[in-house]
Amino acid sequence: MADLRCTIAGVKSPNPFWLASAPPTDKAYNVVRAFRAGWGGVVWKTLGEDPPIVNVSSRYGAVHFRGNRMAGFNNIELITDRTLEVNLREITEVKRDWPDRAMIVSLMVPCEEASWRAILARVEATGADGVELNFGCPHGMSERGMGSAVGQVPEYIEMVTRWCKQHTRMPVFVKLTPNVTNILAPARAAVAGGADAVSLINTINSITAVDLDAMAPEPVVNGKGAHGGYCGPAVKPIALCMVAEIARDLDCAGVPISGIGGIETWRDAAEFMALGAGSAQVCTAAMHYGFKIVEDMADGLANWMDEKGYATLDDFRGAAVGNYTDWGKLDMNYDIKARISDELCIGCGLCHIACEDTSHQAIRFTQDAGKRRFTVIDAECVGCNLCMHVCPVEGCITMEEVSQGRPYMTWAEHPRNLQSQKAAE
Amino acid sequence: MGEGADIRGGRLPAAAYDENFADLQPPLAKKEAVVEAARCYFCYDAPCVQACPTAIDIPSFIRKIQTGNLKGSALDILEANIMGGTCSRVCPTEVLCEEVCVRTVQEGKPVRIGRLQRYATDALFATGVRPFTRPAATGRRIAVVGAGPAGLACAHALARQGHDVVVYECRAKAGGLNEHGIAAYKMANDFAAQEVAFILGIGGIELRLGHALGRELTLEALRRDHDAVFLGVGLGATNRLGLAGEDLSGVLDAVDYIEELRQSPDKASLPVGRHIVVIGGGNTAVDIAVQTKRLGAETVTLVYRRGAGEMGATGHEQEIAQLNGVLIRHWARPVALEGVDGRVAGITFEHTRRGAAGGLEGTGERFTLAADQVFKAIGQTLLADELAGSGLAIDSGKLRVDDELRTSVEGVWAGGDAVAGDDLTVRAVEDGKRAARSIDRALRN
Repeated sequence: MADLRCTIAGVKSPNPFWLASAPPTDKAYNVVRAFRAGWGGVVWKTLGEDPPIVNVSSRYGAVHFRGNRMAGFNNIELITDRTLEVNLREITEVKRDWPDRAMIVSLMVPCEEASWRAILARVEATGADGVELNFGCPHGMSERGMGSAVGQVPEYIEMVTRWCKQHTRMPVFVKLTPNVTNILAPARAAVAGGADAVSLINTINSITAVDLDAMAPEPVVNGKGAHGGYCGPAVKPIALCMVAEIARDLDCAGVPISGIGGIETWRDAAEFMALGAGSAQVCTAAMHYGFKIVEDMADGLANWMDEKGYATLDDFRGAAVGNYTDWGKLDMNYDIKARISDELCIGCGLCHIACEDTSHQAIRFTQDAGKRRFTVIDAECVGCNLCMHVCPVEGCITMEEVSQGRPYMTWAEHPRNLQSQKAAE
Repeated sequence: MGEGADIRGGRLPAAAYDENFADLQPPLAKKEAVVEAARCYFCYDAPCVQACPTAIDIPSFIRKIQTGNLKGSALDILEANIMGGTCSRVCPTEVLCEEVCVRTVQEGKPVRIGRLQRYATDALFATGVRPFTRPAATGRRIAVVGAGPAGLACAHALARQGHDVVVYECRAKAGGLNEHGIAAYKMANDFAAQEVAFILGIGGIELRLGHALGRELTLEALRRDHDAVFLGVGLGATNRLGLAGEDLSGVLDAVDYIEELRQSPDKASLPVGRHIVVIGGGNTAVDIAVQTKRLGAETVTLVYRRGAGEMGATGHEQEIAQLNGVLIRHWARPVALEGVDGRVAGITFEHTRRGAAGGLEGTGERFTLAADQVFKAIGQTLLADELAGSGLAIDSGKLRVDDELRTSVEGVWAGGDAVAGDDLTVRAVEDGKRAARSIDRALRN
């Protein structure tokens, strides 16, 4: 059986599945239940300075997609609403009782060195394994100059990270906001400040829906709504891209990454790890289904690793990073054509109408003796994959390579690229 | 068989009747409907639309359920089929739209189109909105004979063109088989009457009840007094077994009994035997079998002269019969009715098989079933009295019509069960719709 033990920035956990800093990690009661269920670690819900914040109700919005609940999720909740003392006491007790689990404490205090120094000392006393600097929360706290208000200014990230590294021996994770145009600027700032790891992504600024009766964004709080932070399965592609950007960036120098963003299954986690993530943080999926999902995450990942012959997480971590490249380095000579299986085809016609209305008119629709038949016109097919994606039958439409042994040729080498012609002259 | 027949009402506790004659399939809840609607792939040139006799744009109405546009959804249905509400309850979808649904091909489980159609049409009915209106009156006047699905569909389509329509109906109530013939649990909560009110709500349609062709009406007079005539008279006569003893008390026509049952506000008042035998293999046979069982009959045996595959009732209907405890016996034909004191006491059958030439032949083996009531459900025919002297040509027992549903008599159209075709509500509605189109064209020329 594959070994799921995880080490990231010196923090060890029996498996890479951590609960992200959020309501599921707000107090000992939940965290103990999570550890009992098998979670490898938690990032305790963000602590701040007393007096604790006050939340509003309601706090969550959701995007339900065609009858499926919570394809996307959004919250306007703030950091912990309990006193620092209570949280620190519980953290101490839980870490004492569950020494093998990763206990990271999320922090958010004003941008003053004294504030960070003070809280770091108190956290260190709990025996926690590390801290995560919450530079990501995009709602509420950002209006008070914290959270993503810091995460959007690389200079602040570097400054605060440096203070933290000076004032604690604990590993420092810097949690990044995706609400920036290029994730590399804040990531590089964290590395420059001495971060031991980065965690990403935090939530994305969002309005999940508009209540068309109340004429207000959801969730509606007494007639008004504020933007929230978007998460859940819908944000995974955005998160994967940002993780990959950091993983391949030379200036980030291989900084360990704790992946976050829509992770619901072992497969999601494996994808984050293939793009360089060490641990995988989960929140929405647990809030949707409860803590038990970690059972499938752990044995699903182990079974897949066994099947692939990966003995440890390090055996495949980052394995896809080298294949994440720029468009200009893709092979212009690679050619694929759609192939539709008559045997599997159920005759819905979605491939035809998608191609006919919106793409390349490359799928012919004929009917012989009542049988609806769809055939690819190779001369028109550009290998875009649209038909394969709209086809509701798994494996019915496949893409066949027809490159015929032509050599790898990038855009830089392409004859229609005027720049490359000039270079040749 | 020596004992006297045991036929009476009130076999069941009073509450059981409400339960037994409530909706066979309850309506979908909102969440169920949305999830089911999401199963529709929104096929291009969808097979389900092609399989629907009224060509309802099924993918479109289902998508509108998904987006919460229930009015738009219901209108997609009703524009194509004004009796979309009834059809959603009674259509044999398993051999029409749902049979060819690509989900059936893919996984053996079609999108439940019929139930979604009911969801959309029920929602519109619940609002009380009457979405159809009449344009300015054309001054043309059309007679429609028969207020069943064909006649009402024709009348509604004509009214939408601005014509005035008089609908003549021989019974005391409009609705035809929707009101009098279909099993009660498929048309719960007086749906047929609600639908008739909805259809008439467009205006311009005058309903004259108690008017029958060959009684109060003659085709000649109708033609004289109207610009066109549509006959949606259905099949008013039933087939006979042709056996001695057919007039014994307790030997009944299924259609008559069902009509009485449908019109009876108190189902407990209906006299039903302890042991019932039904002869026939179509939907009427299943409907009478299941309904007598639900009235409290102890045993109900449906006997059909051929096999399950040849039954007019679909597999789904046969399953309903079996789920209700009806015993279906195949390959047997009635040969003698047994009577005691003028009442039927049993019926003897002969086993049958497919003969060498493909026809049916008796095997000579016989069996007798005790019966307090024997129901005949062996088909219906045109009522000869209605058409006597009308000059209408008849082919194979049905009114002859051309591809625009014109009869052999100038200015007279016909549709529904009175003309050749499947005996389905949905087909009758389509006939009415098509005939109206043809009449409208003829009147505007």
